[in-house]
Amino acid sequence: MCRLSAITSSEYFSPMENVMALNTMKEGHDGSGLGLVLRDLGGVFAGLKQYPILSGICSHDGLELLDAFMSGEGFREVHFWQPDIDDTATEPETGRRDHYFAKAYEYPTGWKNRSQTDRDDLLLSTRLALRELGEESESIFVFSFYPDTLTLKEVGDPLELGQFFRLDDGSLEAKIVLAQGRQNTNYDIYLYACHPFFLQGYCTMTNGENTAFVPIMEFLTGRGFPGYMGYNSDSEVFAHILHYTQRQLGYPLTYYKDVITPLAEKEIDNRKDAAALRLIRRSLRPLCIDGPNCIIGFTPDGSVFMTQDAKKLRPGIVGGVAGKYALMSEECGVDEAVPKRDKTEDFSPMKYDMAIISPGAKEMKKWSQLTP
Amino acid sequence: MKPADILDQNHELSLREFPYIIRWRDDRCTRCGRCTTVCPVNAIEAAPHVHRRVYSEGGSPDPKATREIVHVVRQVTDIERYCTGCGTCTLVCPNEAIEPELNPQNKFLTYKNLGGAPYRRGGRRNDPSPSTVDQLKFTRISMLTDPALDAGRHEFRIRTLLGRNLPPEALPLKRRGDRLVVGKTIGAKPMGQAAVTDHSTLAGEGFIPPVREIYPIRIGSMSIGALSPHMWEGLAMGVAYLNEVEGMPVVMCTGEGGMPPRLLKSRFAKYFILQIASGYFGWDEIIHAIPEMTEDPAAIEIKYGQGAKPGDGGLLMAYKVLKLIAQIRGVPEFVDLASPPTHQTKYSIEEAVAKMIQSMSMAWGFRVPVYPKISGTKTAMAVLNNLARNPYAGALCIDGEDGGTGAAYNVSMDKMGHPIASNIRDCYLDLVAQGKQNELPLIAAGGMGKTGNLAANAAAMIMLGASAVDMGKHIMQAAAWCFGDEYNRCNLCNTGRCPRGITTQDPKLYRRLDPDVVAQRVVDVFKSADVELRKIFAPLGRSTELPIGMSDALGVADESIAERLKISYVC
Repeated sequence: MCRLSAITSSEYFSPMENVMALNTMKEGHDGSGLGLVLRDLGGVFAGLKQYPILSGICSHDGLELLDAFMSGEGFREVHFWQPDIDDTATEPETGRRDHYFAKAYEYPTGWKNRSQTDRDDLLLSTRLALRELGEESESIFVFSFYPDTLTLKEVGDPLELGQFFRLDDGSLEAKIVLAQGRQNTNYDIYLYACHPFFLQGYCTMTNGENTAFVPIMEFLTGRGFPGYMGYNSDSEVFAHILHYTQRQLGYPLTYYKDVITPLAEKEIDNRKDAAALRLIRRSLRPLCIDGPNCIIGFTPDGSVFMTQDAKKLRPGIVGGVAGKYALMSEECGVDEAVPKRDKTEDFSPMKYDMAIISPGAKEMKKWSQLTP
Repeated sequence: MKPADILDQNHELSLREFPYIIRWRDDRCTRCGRCTTVCPVNAIEAAPHVHRRVYSEGGSPDPKATREIVHVVRQVTDIERYCTGCGTCTLVCPNEAIEPELNPQNKFLTYKNLGGAPYRRGGRRNDPSPSTVDQLKFTRISMLTDPALDAGRHEFRIRTLLGRNLPPEALPLKRRGDRLVVGKTIGAKPMGQAAVTDHSTLAGEGFIPPVREIYPIRIGSMSIGALSPHMWEGLAMGVAYLNEVEGMPVVMCTGEGGMPPRLLKSRFAKYFILQIASGYFGWDEIIHAIPEMTEDPAAIEIKYGQGAKPGDGGLLMAYKVLKLIAQIRGVPEFVDLASPPTHQTKYSIEEAVAKMIQSMSMAWGFRVPVYPKISGTKTAMAVLNNLARNPYAGALCIDGEDGGTGAAYNVSMDKMGHPIASNIRDCYLDLVAQGKQNELPLIAAGGMGKTGNLAANAAAMIMLGASAVDMGKHIMQAAAWCFGDEYNRCNLCNTGRCPRGITTQDPKLYRRLDPDVVAQRVVDVFKSADVELRKIFAPLGRSTELPIGMSDALGVADESIAERLKISYVC
């Protein structure tokens, strides 16, 4: 089973905090991998917020290919970050890769003044082109290409990987970090199958299998949006459903829950937005999930949330104080991340619930689908 | 001694040519006469035989021979009175003295063309081999990595949507704070609410097509006329009970020929799909009843084709057109009612068919889903794509080659048509490629429950991409003990002499069928199918919405079927 560790804070913190929290939950995961997505970056990226950051892994040849491609597309590199790898630490299970990197770029000429939506689409098409360029030879893996966002993924024990990457050296900090403590061990280990999944500012990681994967995937790919691809993991659809409902359809965040676990007809009657809900339930019927899934994610405005499927549920708990909240698979993870808090305020979202931490980690909102 | 030219009987058939041979036991028969009375085709008759009996009386052998007249039950060798194997004789025999036996060596079809009239019958395709649908298994069992659901404990919503679903991008929603509201007037208002006066919103911009939430197994189109009054009444009562007592929104289709005006104007009308077919029978009465209707029908089905007899029209024989039927259909009594093979005015799908869909929609103020039914065909995708572009088309029903009928030429039933599995799968994947698989529901018909596996067949079709399935023959068998099977048993529906009283207008025959018992059986069938569907969906880990297109759950032990349907090959 996966273990999930998300922290959102008003202050910058090291992603090692997430790794340490994952380590407290080690009995619940097999230590087969680590996936990290950092949002609202500090450290060496604090002054680079306006530049899109390309995160990934590549071979020596892949790096040459990548640089040539990016240069050809008109992107000018303004910063090249690589983890300061600890040579004494245990290496990843699949061996040390040539390059783990995050490169900040200046937009090509003429794109600086374009709308964010246009620029987001440019970044997406660029990332997809890079993926295609290096996927077959496995010379290039690109996980995200977006401003103020960095992704790091590798196979191995999360704590050992954290030490290997020296995540606590201060170069990497962020105000939101999502971390997942397992590769997708139900299938062949593959970096593109590793959570968290990120798309244009929307990100999720999930615990559990998705029995409705095929109909959901077929529905998403039919939307004609180029970013709805990949699907090396059945959990990738959760990130894309979030992106689709929020960015493409413009729904408020709580409707994510209404889409993936729609209310029954009688329950809808009690909602003030019943007419809209009924239409959504019909038109988005293929996106309904049956679990078991605990989903943690964030949106571009800095909201971080946790929600569950409506029947089986996977472990999940949210706790913290104003200014710092932890959304974890287990309580010990929350204890590690935010030890000084009122535990009676901890919240485990159930069938109808969604826990939403407001941007800046100001407060936790407990929202229920049954709220009129 | 008779002349040799009579003795050789050279131009007569022997019993070996017949599909069923009557096994009659002299020692058990009490000569009560019930079997010969009930035989719907007079295939058996009481006949005198002259027996030579040798007996001996007294203390020493003294054989004497006598001739006696003995009454026997004899099967005739007239091809027009062939034994259909229905077994009504066996049913009524108090002494188990008589039984038809299938004769696999028969040459029935070779001879059943007297007067140049090809064999006509009712029933469905005479092919007892398992259909493709019947070969599909559910192989994705949730376990450990994904605990299965509990069929007895978890909440299941086995429902489907009938009608056009808007794509999410087209929903007229507005964001008001953290809530969504419907931004434009909904054109289709439920019956009984204030009339929509602004007709620009009826079917123009902002039009939200009507959608019904129904049970995914429906009773397919069988007309009042083809069915006896007791059978139709039993089905209707069963459906009403399922809706109003069991809370299962089961709907049934009227078939061509309308429905009793009193029922049409009742609150039960909402459980019926009204079918309009090429003969338009019954629609004069329906149109006149519209102002007095208190409920909208579940949907309107426009029949363009039928799986059992593709390209063939319907025919209700004159002797079935009794007073009630004539009234409902708006025709004189005792005349043949022929429906043409096609709608005579429908020459193009882009224009004429679209107009018909719109006309029918308009008749009920765009409040009722309207959809066409076609027979399974290689050209189904052409129809599908035209419907996909028509915003008023509410679904597409495809009736496969295993569908049944009340009357057709045998050659049409046995040799014409397209299997439903690949037809539905192709159509679904075509919609997937266009991103429209949730917009236009596909309804699969033809052979559902052919071998008794109604729920499994329904679930398999749903996972191939159908939103719902129709059954016809299965409910006749399950609810009214229809004798028909794929060995050409009975199949007398076209003659009006149905021995079960299902497809006859003869009161002497249909009084055998108790509508209340039929209704009870309809309820039994749906409730048990519902349990079985849960038993299929729960281990697959699905329960909230119907697993439409969940093809990863399917497997088949035939590589070519797996490849064709794009599902797993398992062995």
